[in-house]
Amino acid sequence: MSADVKLEDVWIRFGSFEAAKDVNIHIQEGEFFSFLGPSGCGKTTLLRAVSGFLEPSEGKVLIGGQDMAGIGPNKRPTALIFQNLALFPLMKVWENIAFPLEVRGVGKAERRKRADELLELIALPDQGDKMVNELSGGQKQRVAIARALAAEPDVLLLDEPLSALDLKLRQHMRTELRAIQQRVGITFIYITHDQGEALTMSDHVAVMSQGVIEQVADGNTIYDSPQTAFVASFVGENNHFQGKVTAADGDMVTVETPSGVLRGRNIERDGKPQLAAGDQALVFIRPESLRFVDGEKKRDNVLEATVERQEFEGNFWQVFLQVKDCPRVVSLSMVNDGSSVGHDVGAQVKIGCDAAHAVALPVGQMAAE
Amino acid sequence: MSTYWKDYFRRNGMALGLFVLLAVMVWMLVMIILPQLYMLDFSFRTNVPPPQWGTDTHTYTLEHYRYLLYGNVNATESFNYLDLGVFGRTIIAAVFVTFIDLCLCYPVAYYLAHVAKGGWGRLMVMSLIVPFWVNELLRAFAFKVMFGTGGVINDALMWLGILDQPYDFIRENVALYSGLSYAYILLMIFPIYNAVESLDRNQIEAARDMGAPWWRIHWRVVIPHAKPGITSGSTMVFMLTAGALAAPQILGGPSSLWFTQLVYKWFNNSANWARGSAYALVLLVACIVFVLLMMRIFKVKLGEIAR
Repeated sequence: MSADVKLEDVWIRFGSFEAAKDVNIHIQEGEFFSFLGPSGCGKTTLLRAVSGFLEPSEGKVLIGGQDMAGIGPNKRPTALIFQNLALFPLMKVWENIAFPLEVRGVGKAERRKRADELLELIALPDQGDKMVNELSGGQKQRVAIARALAAEPDVLLLDEPLSALDLKLRQHMRTELRAIQQRVGITFIYITHDQGEALTMSDHVAVMSQGVIEQVADGNTIYDSPQTAFVASFVGENNHFQGKVTAADGDMVTVETPSGVLRGRNIERDGKPQLAAGDQALVFIRPESLRFVDGEKKRDNVLEATVERQEFEGNFWQVFLQVKDCPRVVSLSMVNDGSSVGHDVGAQVKIGCDAAHAVALPVGQMAAE
Repeated sequence: MSTYWKDYFRRNGMALGLFVLLAVMVWMLVMIILPQLYMLDFSFRTNVPPPQWGTDTHTYTLEHYRYLLYGNVNATESFNYLDLGVFGRTIIAAVFVTFIDLCLCYPVAYYLAHVAKGGWGRLMVMSLIVPFWVNELLRAFAFKVMFGTGGVINDALMWLGILDQPYDFIRENVALYSGLSYAYILLMIFPIYNAVESLDRNQIEAARDMGAPWWRIHWRVVIPHAKPGITSGSTMVFMLTAGALAAPQILGGPSSLWFTQLVYKWFNNSANWARGSAYALVLLVACIVFVLLMMRIFKVKLGEIAR
């Protein structure tokens, strides 16, 4: 069984603090949905409202079309995986996994059988009689997933469950989680501040900031066509240039910035272009979209710059440049494919990109550096 | 071992190291071991007046232990039913009081640790602690007055029409059990509080999320976690209740004796220190054995209590 989750006009307030402001989201059944945002943006609060540990101050939470108002966490078809996993250290691994069944009064033999099946699913066979503390971080992680799945929830909620793992394991668990989700076919709602996790695993991502949903879309769209300055600056690296829109034609705009005239895509929101001539705008250009302009190929946007320093990252070069009349250091990254042309520090260069790779957005709140 | 001591003195310095070592040894020896050894020695000797201590008449004997078991040499009964009965009742009553305290204190400790927030929690702790500034005797007498036939409790119950004549709470030992339960309540609450407080809240929420009702959360998650605290509190309350003197003396009914009152009688009224020592030691050993037995049954290790 799987169910869709709907948040309708949800507001959550703690005293005068608004943790969630007018949230409207429809999470389809069977999809892997992520809430992505910096810590304190209200994503965990939303998750607690779905799991039932918290009632929204206003609005509705619907699971499988049913209004969840007044229904406690123990009665909802959801299972929550906590950030610290919250495994029971005084129970054996299999007892942990079988706890939801114990609660329902399932007999011991049946519980053990089901626990062993789930241990099989998470690739930890024959580990049922160990104590939780005898397991490694990644194994605990998987036990927590098995325990949540044992409850046979329609919706699985995950609150940054990978944050305690080291990088390698985290990357491995991403693939694993996605595979488990596709195997069991239930709705996963995943909370994270790690964009890598959100982009790699999710069918859809909701980017959140200060209690507001900034954008809901698939990972590609979030990355390539951010709808707000926050999304553009929070997801991935981005350079930005502020200026004034001089022309808006079709889905493109021309923005006059102190560093030069830049053309970029006029990203729509709610079906309407956001910028018109005369507006203040931010033009975002990703480091990997910027190229050194060598004169042979013509670029829509060209900026004059001085190389400040270069960092070799192995698979790519990161070049930091001082752009004329731009207060911030601009970064450019080049794949290390052997053809990269090195530049000396202090060299005067021209950099640029095509208009299709620049995104123009209304001025708004940016992600903290 | 010698490297341990070298390391110990290197870490603490010679002066401080020696002081701590000496203080611990003096504490152990003078405060704990020596007095008990004296008692032990006394309990196996004839009862003679102090001037004759150490003389030929002050010899070793088992007569005091024999007395507790069989009574007077000329007794007609085969056992000393009177004293043994008091002994048994004291242990049972102490278990009962411990159980009452556990039932009262676990919810309070849980509430303080996981539900009460900020100022309200501190206020509750204060209101638990401050009443214990009132000394034990005053408290016992206050209970006696309160539970007396003309006391406020009887008055209230009669006014409410629950009773038509005063109930003798003193004779029925209600006053005694109440007084004893109250006397050691903090020793139960704080160990449990400490244990429960260290429980990760997420575990409670996780259990709840998986559909567990409140009683199962306590039974499977909170109580197992709090077990060392529960054991520690129960042990202390049991030991102290079994060894209490003032409350039984003041609040006990006329027909009920506490074993400590017998000990007191031998020491003071009968001037038989030797027999008093024997009785006291039997109580001590019995309590220790009982506690160890309970710990075995509930699978708690001694080390866990100290956590």
